[in-house]
Amino acid sequence: MKQLELVIVGGGSAGMAAALSAFEQGIKDLIILEKDDELGGILQQCVHNGFGLQTFHEELSGPAYAQRYIDQIRTKEIPFETQATVIQITPDKKITYVSPKNGYQEIQAKAIILAGGCYERSAGGIQLPGTRPKGIYTAGTAQRYLNIDNVMVGRKVFILGSGDIGLIMARRMTLEGAEVVGVAELMPYSNGLMRNIVQCLEDFDIPLYLSHTVVRVEGFPNLERVIIAEVDAFRQPIDGTEKVFEADTLLLSVGLLPENSLAKQLGLAVDTKSKGIIVNEKLESDIPGIFACGNGLHVHDLVDFVSSEGNLAGRNAAAYIHGMKESAAFIKCTAGQGIGYMLPQCIHPDRIQEPLTFSLRVTKPYKQVKLRILKDGQVFKELPKRYLLPAEMVRIILKPEDLQDVRQELKVEVCES
Amino acid sequence: MKDVVIIGGGIIGCSIAYELSHYEGSVVLVEKNSDIADEVSMANSAIVHAGYDPEDGTLKAKLNVRGAQLMKQWCAELEEEYQTCGAFVAACGEGEELLLHRLYERALRRNVKVQLLDKEAAIKLEPNLSDQVTMVMNVPDTAVITPWNFALSALETAVVNGCQVYLNSPVTAIQKLSKGYAVQAGKQRIEARYVINAAGLYSDQIDQMATGIKHFTIQARKGEYFVLAKDARNFISRVIYPVPGPKGKGVLAVPTVHGNILIGPNRNDTDREDHATDAEGLAMVRSQITHTMKNVPMQETIRTFSGLRPAGNHGDFYIREEVESAGFINVGCIDSPGIASAPAIGEYVRQLIEKKHPLKRKTHYKKCKPLVRMADLSMTDKQSMIKQDPRYGHIVCRCEKISEGEIIAAIQRPIPAKTIKAIKKRIRPGMGRCQGGFCEPLVTDILSKTMNVDMCDICYDQPETKMFVGHTKEEQL
Amino acid sequence: MKKEMICIICPMGCHLQVDNIDGDCVVQGNACPRGANYAKQEAICPMRTLTSTVRIANAIHPLLPVITSAPVPKQKLFVIMEAVNRVQAEAPIKSGSVVAHNIANCGVDLLASRTMENIHGNKQSAGDPGHPGS
Repeated sequence: MKQLELVIVGGGSAGMAAALSAFEQGIKDLIILEKDDELGGILQQCVHNGFGLQTFHEELSGPAYAQRYIDQIRTKEIPFETQATVIQITPDKKITYVSPKNGYQEIQAKAIILAGGCYERSAGGIQLPGTRPKGIYTAGTAQRYLNIDNVMVGRKVFILGSGDIGLIMARRMTLEGAEVVGVAELMPYSNGLMRNIVQCLEDFDIPLYLSHTVVRVEGFPNLERVIIAEVDAFRQPIDGTEKVFEADTLLLSVGLLPENSLAKQLGLAVDTKSKGIIVNEKLESDIPGIFACGNGLHVHDLVDFVSSEGNLAGRNAAAYIHGMKESAAFIKCTAGQGIGYMLPQCIHPDRIQEPLTFSLRVTKPYKQVKLRILKDGQVFKELPKRYLLPAEMVRIILKPEDLQDVRQELKVEVCES
Repeated sequence: MKDVVIIGGGIIGCSIAYELSHYEGSVVLVEKNSDIADEVSMANSAIVHAGYDPEDGTLKAKLNVRGAQLMKQWCAELEEEYQTCGAFVAACGEGEELLLHRLYERALRRNVKVQLLDKEAAIKLEPNLSDQVTMVMNVPDTAVITPWNFALSALETAVVNGCQVYLNSPVTAIQKLSKGYAVQAGKQRIEARYVINAAGLYSDQIDQMATGIKHFTIQARKGEYFVLAKDARNFISRVIYPVPGPKGKGVLAVPTVHGNILIGPNRNDTDREDHATDAEGLAMVRSQITHTMKNVPMQETIRTFSGLRPAGNHGDFYIREEVESAGFINVGCIDSPGIASAPAIGEYVRQLIEKKHPLKRKTHYKKCKPLVRMADLSMTDKQSMIKQDPRYGHIVCRCEKISEGEIIAAIQRPIPAKTIKAIKKRIRPGMGRCQGGFCEPLVTDILSKTMNVDMCDICYDQPETKMFVGHTKEEQL
Repeated sequence: MKKEMICIICPMGCHLQVDNIDGDCVVQGNACPRGANYAKQEAICPMRTLTSTVRIANAIHPLLPVITSAPVPKQKLFVIMEAVNRVQAEAPIKSGSVVAHNIANCGVDLLASRTMENIHGNKQSAGDPGHPGS
């Protein structure tokens, strides 16, 4: 069996950043296993721009952002294998993967970084009522067809869900000659970034129906009509508010979920809110030496933050391989009132030597509120926020000295007064 | 002139073709859809019922008991999955217990292996039985199969042994000849001594087309289901039935061959083109399952679907050669327990023909090598497959771990998989949690390259369901 | 005249308030100077960076992602798209290199937004496995 110091599962933005940072920390005996034909992950199909402002201080397209990392991986000759799918990981860090080139292979690793990305909630996942015609796609699948495979899924498009991929696809399909007849969002607010509402919908006069959902799709074997209705406060459709749209395509942008099947198979604890695994301040799972980062850990809205998380996971994995300081005392980090989830879910204050980033999302939009940080029930800090939106991940950075005196629990909550 | 033409490539038509292919004679099967097993056989509970349920004296009772025995044997011959998972029929309260005792006695009379268990014993085996359950009947021989794959294997084996198949060939006319019939199926005009009507939901229309009489009528009966992800597989280990009522078998929980859980069906009469699920129907399934089960992991739902059952107006299967239309055999009204009965129906139809025409069993019968399923191979076999053809090492569907090699093999079968849905049926890319989000573009690309057609000409299912309306960037002339 | 708008320069999405649009614009709510510039430009002539794809031969995929070298007037997007649809590229091509000069005569170039190797000629293509450990 091949022995390696570090195996990185996934060669997208998180995996590449992790590999580069581990490499910089002296880990040369590593490999990235990527299931696709090339490195880059989902960025390769995100041809729109808006990536890289935090990382490179300029605005890049998805492929261009990925290219910067790919170029570095190539220059540094960091090993990777494409078309390589990880089949299994055991708690003692044996990885089984398969590729056309090498068949089934086993690697004994000292550390593993899970960077497998996320997947889209499907029509089945939301139990979309109606027929099962051709013409219903998740937005990301249609994006791949449009931007990589050179095929158009339809000419008259309705979009359910105002997630960013849906909004981006509204613009892309419009520019490529399709007509986008509307976007429906179940919630009374959009789930995408505001800038995408402006430049993907408003720029093209595409109507956004907030508090609406698709109540039925019609047509068989091809999609012909999408029927939407307004929903009440309990998200139940209101009779008599139906609107009918002729459409040959329905795109779904109804949520992304961390791909955690390998983690589940491994028996790692999963956070029911973030849907990813539970990690500590090192982005380390409850099995020491197994780390996670990127959308496979929790879904991000900016790739820049995926990269910085990957970078952190890479450094921590390197430290683990070099012999990380043991710690028994850990405290839990709790998502309080108004917070959907918060990462990391637990920390070891005595091991924290540099500023630590907490990532969190609120459960609903807030205006003019404070984010209150509590240490063992005592208010430590209140951060005023003009806007808080579920679509926009919040990052709070705390200094090591801020965390030393916590004994049991660090909590963040939204304070409305 | 052919000997037999079978109308309909569902599990019934395919079973008849398989049975007849063991005998000398020419057999043709015509199917209106682009793939076989595309309607009733594709959307059902996938259970081989043990045979205690149908009323005494019915053809259903007879063929179910016989079919359940034959099914196991046929699956072994065809190397198709047959999982004897067993079943519980769960009674809640005294009234249902009374009915359960009646079923129990009926099962004993038919030599179906059964056993009554009290609540404690039952809960030990199925901890998620609801608190209302007071007694269960254990049916250890109940099994699950993959009905469409069984139908495919049966028909492909028949093809290897001489049966001809025409897809995309709806029957538009049946003409009585002095000897036999002429069947117009799509572009084909087929003359045959025997016509077997196994047209499922449309069997009453085919009957009338051939005989001018309505010997039976079909009522499409819709059932809606939830499919739960494999993460939910530990929820049950056997089929859980409620005590059947006047409205059928009720809402079941079924562990499928592939490790998913099915919850359903409800029951609503509808028209035969109704493919829709609706929120109300699904809500009913969701609520009814709680009669027998608790902790139902509905949050693991990856898909909902509806299936139609071709229910007859006589309450029983309708299988006979019509007296006034010699050579025309109706095989109609095959609703539940149609899957369990399918092999026995094949045998029964063969016997109907044999009554008038002695059949000669073939001395050499060829096996049709089943599709390679990498997941089922030993590590050594997996490695040697990949060495021979590296495409078996290229995983295309990450949820179900399906390789490019398996997809290409499915495209090159005796009955080729030429559409996205046909591939999905045979080897399951798109049946996992992502529901094809990642693998569908790859499958489309493989179909296009293997069949050497433009991606824009790949169909999802029927010929009118082309996947794409054109290229993002058309070639500039 | 007053106008409220959301800054689209970066994903922060600042809520801007622009006063005195007809004269010397006064912008509030911007977290950085780019927001002020955006608001002024948006009030006069909205500009957008256009991203799309062009056909490419001999590459790992049939399409090459492209981007305009600078923002273009919003109302000219569809005119430029017509020109983009006619462009044909050929691998190998490097990220950032010009695919079409002065596209649709709007004063900006169309750039490749990734590198694509020639899959027939170049052994170091992005699709090739890298350097598997030992």
